[in-house]
Order: sequence, then C-alpha cells, then structure tokens
Amino acid sequence: MTERAWLLLLEGAWVTLWVSGVSIAMGLVIGLVIALVRSARIPVIDQILAVYVSLARATPLVTLVLFLFLAAPTLGLSLDRYTVAIIALTLNTAAFNAEIWRTAFLNFSPEQKEAALACGMTPAVMFGNILLPQMITTSLPGLVNEMTVLIKSSPAIAIIGLVDLTRVTNRISAVTYEPLPPILAAGLLYMIIISVLLKLQSLTEKQASRLAM
Amino acid sequence: MIEWTILWEARDTILSGLWLTIWLFSLSVIGAFVLGCIVLYGLELGGALAWLLRAFVNAMRALPFLVLAYLLYYGLPQLGLRMNAITAGLVAMTVYHGAYLAEILRGSRMVLPPGTIEAAQAHGLMPRTIFTHIILPQLLLRTRPLIGNQLIYAIKDTSFLAIITVQELTAAANAVQASYFIPMPAFVVVILLYWAINVCIELAVSKAGIFGAKRGFENV
Repeated sequence: MTERAWLLLLEGAWVTLWVSGVSIAMGLVIGLVIALVRSARIPVIDQILAVYVSLARATPLVTLVLFLFLAAPTLGLSLDRYTVAIIALTLNTAAFNAEIWRTAFLNFSPEQKEAALACGMTPAVMFGNILLPQMITTSLPGLVNEMTVLIKSSPAIAIIGLVDLTRVTNRISAVTYEPLPPILAAGLLYMIIISVLLKLQSLTEKQASRLAM
Repeated sequence: MIEWTILWEARDTILSGLWLTIWLFSLSVIGAFVLGCIVLYGLELGGALAWLLRAFVNAMRALPFLVLAYLLYYGLPQLGLRMNAITAGLVAMTVYHGAYLAEILRGSRMVLPPGTIEAAQAHGLMPRTIFTHIILPQLLLRTRPLIGNQLIYAIKDTSFLAIITVQELTAAANAVQASYFIPMPAFVVVILLYWAINVCIELAVSKAGIFGAKRGFENV
C-alpha cells in the first residue's frame, strides 16, 4: 500500500461520506414531513404515502440506484451520477425515517397536547415547542441506527460507476495487482466510520432514557 | 405497450434471475441460521473462543456487506483461494447474516430468565441438551420479529451480488434493459417482485407470531 493508494482510499471515503451525509440530512427532513402528512390522514395522499413507504422499504438500494440511473433519461431527465445516487439514497432512507418519526408521533402523550392547547398555544407553537423536541429525543436512537444502515448500504452506488470507498479498491488493485490490502484498508475505514455512529447511538440512547423520566 | 410485450418475451431472463435470488437467499439463510446457533453455543461456552466470536460478530456488524463480498471474490484469490461469483456470494451471505443472527440471539439470551435453565440443570440435563431443547427454542420464539427483519435485510443484500457479477434478479433486469432498452418496465417488474418476496416474509413472520402466541410468547 503506497501513499498514493491511501490517498485514493481517502478520496473514496470522502465520496461515501458526503453522498451519504447529504442523503441522511434530506432523508431526515423528508421523513418528518411524510410522517406529519400521514398523521393528518388525508384520504388518497395517505394511501399513496403508505404504498411509497412500503415499496421503498422493500426495494434493494442497488436496484433503486440502477433503476433511477437508467429510467431517468427515458423520462427526459438528464441527471448526473451523483444526483442519482443522492436521490436513491434519500428515497430509501426517508421511507425508514418516516416510520421512525411516525412511531414517535403516535406514541406522544395526548395529555401534553391538551395541556398545551388549553394554555392557549396555537398548534404551530405547540408543535415547535412541545411536540418536536420530545419527538427528536425519543426517535434519535432509531434515526442514528438508520444512518448506520444507510452507510452500510451506500456501496450500492458503486453499480452506476461512482468511485466510493468500496469501488476505489478495484481502481487501486488494477494498478498494483494486489487486491487484498486495499479491500482490508477500506474495511478498516468503514469500521472507523460505523463505530463512531454506533458510539453516537449509545450516547443518544442514554440521553433519551434519561429525559424520558 | 410494445415495451411490455418485449419484456414478456424476455421473461426467461427475469425468471432465472428470480430463481437464483430465491435460491441464494434460501440456502444462505439456512446456512446463516446454523452458523448463528453455533456461534451462540460458542459464546455460551465462554473463554478465549467466546472472545474471538464476539470480535468476529462485531467486525461483521461494522462492515458493509459488499466489502465482505469483495474480500471473498476479489481479495482471496491473492492468497490462492479462488471461488466463482455464486459461491463467493453464498459464503458472504452466510457469514454476514450468521453473525447478525448470532447477535440477535445473544441479545435475547442476556435477558432470558434463568428459571427454566436452572430447572433443567436440577433435572440433570446435559449442557448440550439444555442448549438445544431449552435455550434455543425459547430464544427463537422470542426473537421472531427481529429474525424477520434480518431476513428482509438478507433478501435486499442479495442484490449487492449483482456488483460481483452474480446473475441474480437485479442483474437480470439490467441485462434485459441493456438488450432491449426497456429500463422502465424491466425495473418496475423487478421491484414489484422484490416487494412480493418481502410481503411473503412478513406474512411468514406473522404466522410464526400466531404459533408463538399459542405457546405463551405473545408479550415478547
């Protein structure tokens, strides 16, 4: 493993991190919006969102990435690889996040809602000051877990030729003819990224159980 | 409309992909189940072996599935161990999901009330009999929703094998769209097929739930 190989690996890790990071951020917000819209139980829209969540949770990421990449041009959209990868990861993670947010929303105690409304808060103020902070605390461990799952499935973007942390090992071994060291090094980098997230998850779990008292 | 007719004529490719996906999934899930139980038994024994097994399970949990598949398919030939893509995929699926199943069972083992095990010991059952007849059945009934989730992850992970050139369902859709240029229908059908498999797994888990409830495990 030369210095140049390590630099390539770090570049791959950077692609993995920023593509996943953007998707995680968008997925969190879109998931919350889906959960809130579904809680309003608007006919038709509720069913459409339920089908979307079910389909997106059942579709493997590799299939979704490939589908978007190949089908977008036939619909007249020209998207570059990064955009396709981010859209696919976001569609996937938003569906899982929507379910996590929705559980937190459904488990929220109605007494607090009634108390807030009785104190004269408007629904918007109640949501921002009472509901959302508690929803974030209770669903954070689940959301961080979903982030870990997303990072672990992010190598799916390699199928459309993006050079992420997994794919970059092919590039390095094409030059050195020694595939084992770069793959092990990539595995090590993934382990570092994911153990940071696992640590974060146990921290948020402690925080959530402390605030739930 | 013509696109769907073309797809119908190319159905053999899709069906053979579907068959390979189901075959890979079933074989590796059975293998993973056996491996998970063996790892759990090793953890039960304690000592250096248990420490090694913990390290193995933790390593698998922090590694993306594709990296393991890469390691087996692209990495091991350097050490002289050459497998074809399907074997490498099968081994990767078995090892990876075996580790996860072991972790699920271990989590449940830690909170298993000791009463039944103490009763079995008092009756003079051998440790191995206690494990297979007392501990394992209870753990499996208790963890069935988690095992169901893991099966869904497993079926989704089979699609990664398309990247190491296994001709499973996703690769079949890609092959069909590349030959006839019909990406939309090919992938819509394949996504619906994955969905159908998922629904079947969910149904099986809820059936297992009814069975478990009959045995008095409805609250866990």
